[in-house]
Amino acid sequence: MGKLPPYATLGERIWHYAFYVICALIFFFLIFPIIVIIPLSFNALPYFTFTPEMLRLDPAGYSLDHYRDFFTNSDWQKAMWNSIRIAPMATLISVSLGTLAAIGLSQSHVPFRGPIMAVLISPMIVPLIISASGMYFFYSRLGLQGTYWGVVLAHAVLGIPFVIITVTATLVGFDRSLTRAAASMGAGPVRTFFRIQMPLIMPGVISGALFAFITSFDEVVVVLFVGSVSQKTLPWQMFIGLRENISPTILALATILVTLSILLLTTLELLRRRSERLRGLSPQ
Amino acid sequence: MSDQTDTGTDTGPVLTADGRSLKQSLERALRREKLRALMLIAPLLIYVLVTFIAPIADMLFRSVENRIVSETLPRTVIALQDWDYESGEMPGEPVFAALAADLREAVKAKKHTRLGTRLNYELTGMSSLFRQIGRKIKRMKDDKPFREQFLKVNKKWGDPEVWGVIQTYSSPFTAGYFLNAVDLRLTPRGVEQRPESERVYIMLFKRTILLSALITFMTFLLGYPIAYLLSNLKMKTANMLMILVLLPFWTSLLVRTSAWKVLLQQQGVVNDVLVWLGLIADDHRLELINNATGTVIAMTHILLPFMILPLYSVMKTIPPSYVRAAKSLGATPFTAFRRVYFPQSIPGIGAGAILVFILAIGYYITPALVGGRSGTFISNRIAYHISVSLNWGLGAALGALLLVLVLALYALYDKIVGIDNVKLG
Repeated sequence: MGKLPPYATLGERIWHYAFYVICALIFFFLIFPIIVIIPLSFNALPYFTFTPEMLRLDPAGYSLDHYRDFFTNSDWQKAMWNSIRIAPMATLISVSLGTLAAIGLSQSHVPFRGPIMAVLISPMIVPLIISASGMYFFYSRLGLQGTYWGVVLAHAVLGIPFVIITVTATLVGFDRSLTRAAASMGAGPVRTFFRIQMPLIMPGVISGALFAFITSFDEVVVVLFVGSVSQKTLPWQMFIGLRENISPTILALATILVTLSILLLTTLELLRRRSERLRGLSPQ
Repeated sequence: MSDQTDTGTDTGPVLTADGRSLKQSLERALRREKLRALMLIAPLLIYVLVTFIAPIADMLFRSVENRIVSETLPRTVIALQDWDYESGEMPGEPVFAALAADLREAVKAKKHTRLGTRLNYELTGMSSLFRQIGRKIKRMKDDKPFREQFLKVNKKWGDPEVWGVIQTYSSPFTAGYFLNAVDLRLTPRGVEQRPESERVYIMLFKRTILLSALITFMTFLLGYPIAYLLSNLKMKTANMLMILVLLPFWTSLLVRTSAWKVLLQQQGVVNDVLVWLGLIADDHRLELINNATGTVIAMTHILLPFMILPLYSVMKTIPPSYVRAAKSLGATPFTAFRRVYFPQSIPGIGAGAILVFILAIGYYITPALVGGRSGTFISNRIAYHISVSLNWGLGAALGALLLVLVLALYALYDKIVGIDNVKLG
């Protein structure tokens, strides 16, 4: 926006400040719902609004009951461990296959690049309910429905577009003379890959991995269809909790997840800066 | 190079060290490079084709597949070929005898109830008709005419409608599910409209599209000022404020939905604040959730970052000098914005709007949780048919229509933005 010029008219000045107010309100709309659940999760009573005690900042109005419930209730704990078991495995599959393919796709001569790209990105575009019901029928036929591996394979394919997008983005600015230099000094293709290319595209790979991880960790629709009760994940448990009898334990979990996403966001930001520094792009 | 070979001495084509012509050698290298690229892509491509594309193709196939009638009642289907629905009379004894034989086998294999359920989608009452005849078929005598015995069990077996439905749906493929999905139905008389009370899908498609369009417009309205602000601030401040956009983006979808569910309740924070401010009376709290309002508010919030990010990346490339030039030529700030800045930001609007619309139109979770009855989307109906009513064919047909819509938008997006240019975070 910059500063107002000294010759700005009154109308321009009013608009200038009004615009800031509008933007502040929109930022408020964006962030308020996420922030407000944090204090609500410490409510001593099972309500979803601020009690008079809470507004008076009376310590009696606050408690850790909902957190205690989350960490002791067997349903929530089982769901948490299922999520922890499923997401990393799905991430591993999407990252390893995705990185390989992204390297292939960034070569200069790739036949059928357009159609291949369209197929690989499609899991992000196709509505989840269609993917989920298709997988439900198909995986049942293969005997994968209701198994750990069924859910992992399904989640991995949903994470692939993100890996492809982030890794190809880092490869776009990749200086090919570096690999040629390595080759001219006698390094084989494998060694060049691990010693030169890999460290440089690592930031892209890691942010792709984070996307893939969060996709699986946050996924409900597919796991509802492809999984069975023994694969019940955290989002599944939350979904049921929200649909049937909403319990304040959900707010405790929500707060934990918000903290987790703040950590993720920080990691990504640091990675982005590192990537720009490594690739010699202008630092900010 | 080429002039040299053409005009040079008679040394022939340029040769490489191993004695091949340069052209051949280059072609070979190129082929090898292509092959290597494909080899790197192949594992993932196969993986996606098997675990993702094949399941969807399989499901789409269900929307036309209809083998159940001809497989459960093979003799009846053949016997019915000569019967004419237009005659208005029930079929003759041979058809009833064929049906009796088919039903005996079907009852043994316990397949007759499934067939009844299938035909019930087309004509109500078929399910109970088949269940009832399944119980009685064992006691029927072979020496008496079957027609009378069937009619004794239920007079409906004399109704040409019943036979008409069996005949209409005897082919292994049917357009019936697709017709159902657009509130039509295939009857022995041809395609006709469903009765008024049963028309829901066109309305649902319209609602899905309208609400998605409204959500897209809302994200544009709220996203444009933010993107404008961010792209005109100093990089450092912009990056700080960007966190406010990215935090919702990275927060679990269910967390955001539950936040809105908590906030928008009648006894929730938003209503509390409005009452406290005196804007509404305590006994007239607003109904903000379990209706279309809830869906629009929550989804606008959830999809807003998908509008802001593409808008921001386009706006960052608009040189500020253009607007300054317009102003120096006498344009008012509004005219300069409308005629110079806004047109340059349209690619960003296009990219963001299509992205938000594609995502909105297929949404399932948020409408299911905050949509109530008036705020649910077509996806919710598909889920209902797949997991509750078990009318898989209809679910698949609705899914196919939704998929066509989304893929058309995806193609448009690819044309405008290019899938390679999708940016995240």
